[in-house]
Amino acid sequence: MRLTQGTFSFLPELTEAQIRAQVEYALAQGWAVSIEYTDDPHPRNTYWEMYGNPLFDLRDAAGIMQEITACRATFPGSYIKVNAFDSTRGWEAMRLSFLVNRPPQECEFVLERQEIDGRRLRYTTRREPARTR
Amino acid sequence: MSAHPISSVAQEPAQQRGADIVDFGAALADSQVPQILLQLDQELVGLRPVKTRIREIAALLIIDKLRKSVGLQSAVPSLHMSFTGNPGTGKTTVALRMAEILHSLDYVRKGHLVAVTRDDLVGQYIGHTAPKTKEVLKKAMGGVLFIDEAYYLYRPENERDYGLEAIEILLQVMENQRDDLVVIMAGYKDRMDTFFQSNPGFSSRIAHHVEFPDYTSEELCEISARMLEATNYRLSAAAQEALGRYIELRKAQPHFANARSIRNALDRARLRQANRLFNTGAGLLSKEQLMTIEAEDLLASRVFGPGG
Repeated sequence: MRLTQGTFSFLPELTEAQIRAQVEYALAQGWAVSIEYTDDPHPRNTYWEMYGNPLFDLRDAAGIMQEITACRATFPGSYIKVNAFDSTRGWEAMRLSFLVNRPPQECEFVLERQEIDGRRLRYTTRREPARTR
Repeated sequence: MSAHPISSVAQEPAQQRGADIVDFGAALADSQVPQILLQLDQELVGLRPVKTRIREIAALLIIDKLRKSVGLQSAVPSLHMSFTGNPGTGKTTVALRMAEILHSLDYVRKGHLVAVTRDDLVGQYIGHTAPKTKEVLKKAMGGVLFIDEAYYLYRPENERDYGLEAIEILLQVMENQRDDLVVIMAGYKDRMDTFFQSNPGFSSRIAHHVEFPDYTSEELCEISARMLEATNYRLSAAAQEALGRYIELRKAQPHFANARSIRNALDRARLRQANRLFNTGAGLLSKEQLMTIEAEDLLASRVFGPGG
């Protein structure tokens, strides 16, 4: 199942040039770019591992592209995303976040229905098969 | 009719002619290099050899671009430079201009200058240096990395010094990512020479060695005039003469830092001028008085000796 999380996730995979252009755009807006990876891309998992420190004060995408390449080489079997954080007062939030790497074998999720209190339903998204560490 | 080169070209098919002729004027105007060079000429006093060298580099870059546009071989030239000269001779200022020139020629993408010294590159414990250096390099990507007093990176007296690690990373990036950033190293002439001798990797990767000469007394006078003009001060006739004498005396003293010493001298003269006006007590001051630095403000300097 193709994971659709973050910006551009319904589009075909971004090429290197497209990723670079997006990063350039983020830098031009004054956003701080960071790279995160995880082997647990459950939609409720908001805490991905940081790859190095957020890359503050960069002017050109070259440094970030280098980090993305390094992260892919280190964690080829992980999901990797690029985030752009806007520190402007009032925003102080992630403005852009998109996937740049997927494992060869994508994760599967199943929707589980549980009947509670008579006919009421409770839904859970569960990873299938369960993650083995 | 004599075989005029233009008439012979005119007989060729238009298409072919278009491919062989490049509009040098348009390329030049497009690059904004003439304006930047002119600005460099006008704003910086003296530095004849430096300006010539920069003009040469800029010319090479433009011609290279034109060669490329007609399909001739044009390797990306190595643009790493070393600026050697005594303190206060304008190395940082010229480096800033260099970043602008390279940016207007598209050799660096952003054209910013990141100025660092040993402290910014070399860490304090094992494993600290590499991330530190890499972070600085990432910040400098797309622009110019200016390493001031680069010879401090290499400390031969301490074989476990982390400077070597920084040098290795620098060399690697200078070689492999030449289109991502340009490195300019600066420092005193003799110490840079020793540094390059003990690190042959650097001297072979740095294509341009630019030497900054010391300023002459006339040039220093000119520089001080510009500094004062920029801050809305002026010298009285007597002060002008005193400044001339000051420069001669100061040059003979140790730790003379060219334009920087002059700037400091003027800053101190401003302090004394302010103090002089302050001590006159109540009364009316004219704009003229507020602007003028008198000879006594300069003559109070220790350079003129006790009681001078």
